[in-house]
Amino acid sequence: MDLLGLANYAVFMAILIGIYALLALGLNIQWGFTGLFNAGIAGFFAVGAYASAILTSLPASGRLGGYELPLVVGWLAAMAAAALIAWPIGKICLRFRSDYLAIATIGVAEIIRLVIRTEGWLTGGVRGVTGIPRPFGDLDYMPSQIAYLAIVATLVLVAYLLVERQVKSPWGRMMRAIRDNELAAAAMGKQVEARRLQAFVFGSALMGLAGALFVHFNRSVTPEAIDPMIATFLIWIMLILGGSGNNRGAILGAAVIWIIWSVSELLTDRLPTEVAVQAKYARVFIIGLTLQLVLRFRPEGILPERQPGAPPHR
Amino acid sequence: MSFLEFLNFHLVPGIVLGSVYAVGAIGITLVFGILRFAHFAHGDMATLGAFIALALVTAGLTPWAALPVAMAAVAVVAIVVDKLFYDYLKARPKIMTVMASLGVALMLRAVVQVVFGVDPRTYATGIVRPDDYFGILLRDRELYTLAAVVLIVVGLTLFLRHSRWGKAMRAMSDNPDLARLSGVDNRKVTMLTWAIVGALCAASGFMLGINNELQSMMGWQVLLPMFAAAILGGVGRVEGAVLGGLIVGVAEEMSIFILPAQYKAATAFVLLLLILLVRPRGLLNGKVL
Repeated sequence: MDLLGLANYAVFMAILIGIYALLALGLNIQWGFTGLFNAGIAGFFAVGAYASAILTSLPASGRLGGYELPLVVGWLAAMAAAALIAWPIGKICLRFRSDYLAIATIGVAEIIRLVIRTEGWLTGGVRGVTGIPRPFGDLDYMPSQIAYLAIVATLVLVAYLLVERQVKSPWGRMMRAIRDNELAAAAMGKQVEARRLQAFVFGSALMGLAGALFVHFNRSVTPEAIDPMIATFLIWIMLILGGSGNNRGAILGAAVIWIIWSVSELLTDRLPTEVAVQAKYARVFIIGLTLQLVLRFRPEGILPERQPGAPPHR
Repeated sequence: MSFLEFLNFHLVPGIVLGSVYAVGAIGITLVFGILRFAHFAHGDMATLGAFIALALVTAGLTPWAALPVAMAAVAVVAIVVDKLFYDYLKARPKIMTVMASLGVALMLRAVVQVVFGVDPRTYATGIVRPDDYFGILLRDRELYTLAAVVLIVVGLTLFLRHSRWGKAMRAMSDNPDLARLSGVDNRKVTMLTWAIVGALCAASGFMLGINNELQSMMGWQVLLPMFAAAILGGVGRVEGAVLGGLIVGVAEEMSIFILPAQYKAATAFVLLLLILLVRPRGLLNGKVL
């Protein structure tokens, strides 16, 4: 691989890391600060992806869409759509322990996958949505990639700063209080359910935005692009390894895990075909094992949560 | 549609599917009730059991003879998984164990995919014609499935009601601290629970496989219906899990009257949300965690 190819690859990777960082930040709002178990990240990602795709894409026969609306509208719609799906689920499940939310979100992701595959008039079915515009897509390959990276990086930065600001505010303290001792927080007059719902909806909206960024980067989206369990699980490992409850940790974890995951894919692709299929699933085994090892030996992650005024992590 | 057609094409398949869900849901309800967490590796543990049985069948055993061996094998697997991946998380919030079990689900499935590949398999080849029982069409394997489920449910209920260890399990389900104070060894009860849960997983996976085909994703796909069944019946209640399993199974088969067939898999989810909305303790008044 020559130098230019390497640089191209690095930019490509950086864009995807940015998208995953947004997902990890969204999950950090839900899990890291509030203790909500979302096992359907891929579902919210897909909703955002398709919402923006349908609103901004070129017209195509046989499916809804072709409104050619501005990108910003598509992105806002992606966030709104993911939030709209999250709201009723949270409303029903957040009264109970997080296990129930986890089960329900697995179901949501499954239903969303079914809808995407079945409702061809909406999503193009298995053919998916194509002709999705890309900002600065008219430029040459490299400038266009760099421009997109700049957009993604800006959005990650904005999301990071906003979440960081929220977490340091009284709101963030209240969320941690609810996470760490629900009864005490409720006794202090905090509305546990409503606050959790806020965190769940905000986090899901961020995941929807990540989905939108992903489709505008690829210019198309098909049901195959979103493998529910592996995608969801990768994001969980990113957050846990990076350090749940720490936004920089979430972004760092996204980078580390995505690089390991992609490099391992490059390696397994070079294997002879007889073992290539096995190697593909062995990778999945290894990410499962990685989670167990992190949970066991470094549950606080690479960058542990910083609690102002509290002694370092137990 | 005549009544017999309705019976043969919708109700009977629903009951068979439902009784398989019931076996899985009993395991989920035991873990949920006694160990107090949602066990997400349940479906993939069932897949593993089904494929262990397949390996035995390939080695020359008949499917129904392979079942008890597979149950014993997965019982051991479940105990080992608990020792390796769940036990040390005991003192931390239960949701960490839920997360670990999601990782275990992925690992178990990857093992099946590496060892057995991803192509659909069956225990026996060829088409089996159903026999006619007064107009009701049943295949032998469906009869055996129903019989095995009844045997498992009756045996387990008797065990939980009357045996020393069964009582210890129920005591731990009611109140672990009180049970320990009364001399119940929580560690042993945990081990016993995992052995039973593992065996039930293998049984449900096997029955799923023999009535249809074996796939590496099949366990994950039935996880949601099984959870819906356990919560519908009431968490911690074995008879509730059976009732819930039957309701979910029959509802899935009936769903095609109101929903397009592609959305069959959505039935369980709808039932789950409905029961959480109106009666989170479940039909038979179980626990709410």
